[in-house]
Amino acid sequence: MTDPLSGEQILAGLAQAEIEFVVALPDIVTCDELLWPIERSQSFRLVNVCKEDEGVSICAGMSYAEKRALLLMQHTGFLDSINAIRVMGMDYQLPVVMMIGLQGIEKNCAPTDSKQNGVRIVEPILDAMSIPYHVLIRGRDAVGIPEAINEAYTASHPLVFLIPGFGDDA
Amino acid sequence: MTMKRDQALRVLSQHYPDGIVVPVYQSAFDWMGIRPHALNYLCTGAMGQGSSHALGLALACPTESVVVLDGDGSLLMNLGSLVTIGNQSPRNLWHFVCQNGMYEVNGEFPVPGKNTVDFTSMAVAAGYKEAHTFSDLNDFSCALPSILATPGPLFVALQVEAGAPFPRNYQEIHSAQSRAAFKAALAARRRR
Repeated sequence: MTDPLSGEQILAGLAQAEIEFVVALPDIVTCDELLWPIERSQSFRLVNVCKEDEGVSICAGMSYAEKRALLLMQHTGFLDSINAIRVMGMDYQLPVVMMIGLQGIEKNCAPTDSKQNGVRIVEPILDAMSIPYHVLIRGRDAVGIPEAINEAYTASHPLVFLIPGFGDDA
Repeated sequence: MTMKRDQALRVLSQHYPDGIVVPVYQSAFDWMGIRPHALNYLCTGAMGQGSSHALGLALACPTESVVVLDGDGSLLMNLGSLVTIGNQSPRNLWHFVCQNGMYEVNGEFPVPGKNTVDFTSMAVAAGYKEAHTFSDLNDFSCALPSILATPGPLFVALQVEAGAPFPRNYQEIHSAQSRAAFKAALAARRRR
């Protein structure tokens, strides 16, 4: 693939968007490219959670103090956190920003075409919840991260980035 | 022996009149009547999430005290938050649990482990600095100043039963106005 997506591009976008806290559970898609570098970074404060819905609420609480946070998780964690996201995102329209690894998605496959049930239903659920999302596939997709996050915090609404993979794995 | 919840909360309000409080369910309804305040964070939404909202506030506002008034049924839904909080170890977080052994606003059905669950042991094992259990109002009243003066995260289980009835004002808990009021009050507090 030309212009492959890299973790460095995403981290640069998060820093440019003034993300201060990263609330996370490990996900095999994003662990090496994002979570480990974040753990080693001085630019972000990592908050390890035991379950993803904790992270939704932690990010929500932080938003009241004008602190920007990212919830990094696997799509299974997103599915497990739907009720918390429903309240904080849909009902309260808080700027909960999520980055979701699509573990198990096939190579060169759109999420909605995946044979993995858990992956295939993510976008329809986001559509049903009216939560805006971006699928990050190529390096150029990461360019829009700061603007999308700034807009989510300015307008106060949830936001999702979906990551099928990195480099040639995408 | 148990305390009346409203009496225990009145004691807390006397010693903690002005700080951030994250109350849930019936404790929230009682607290709204006992200490109405813009810094009451009523909007925890999904059941069980109070402690996680409180952690977010505590990490984002390290110079502000944050008290969470959890319920036992609520905490049982989010026991992992004890470990998350213990691991982050915010010095400005005090975690109270009103332990009445039931889902009071959901039909008064008993919680699992009603007679056996030991939250204070769990909290200590999860990394809280201290954990206490009180079933006597006078004991709680005497210990509270020291508890609130001790850097957190601290955990306090209050063995309570329902006291004076307070209206269950769900509309206020979920209102955009209460969320906006909290945000404005927090911003004003942090500018001081």
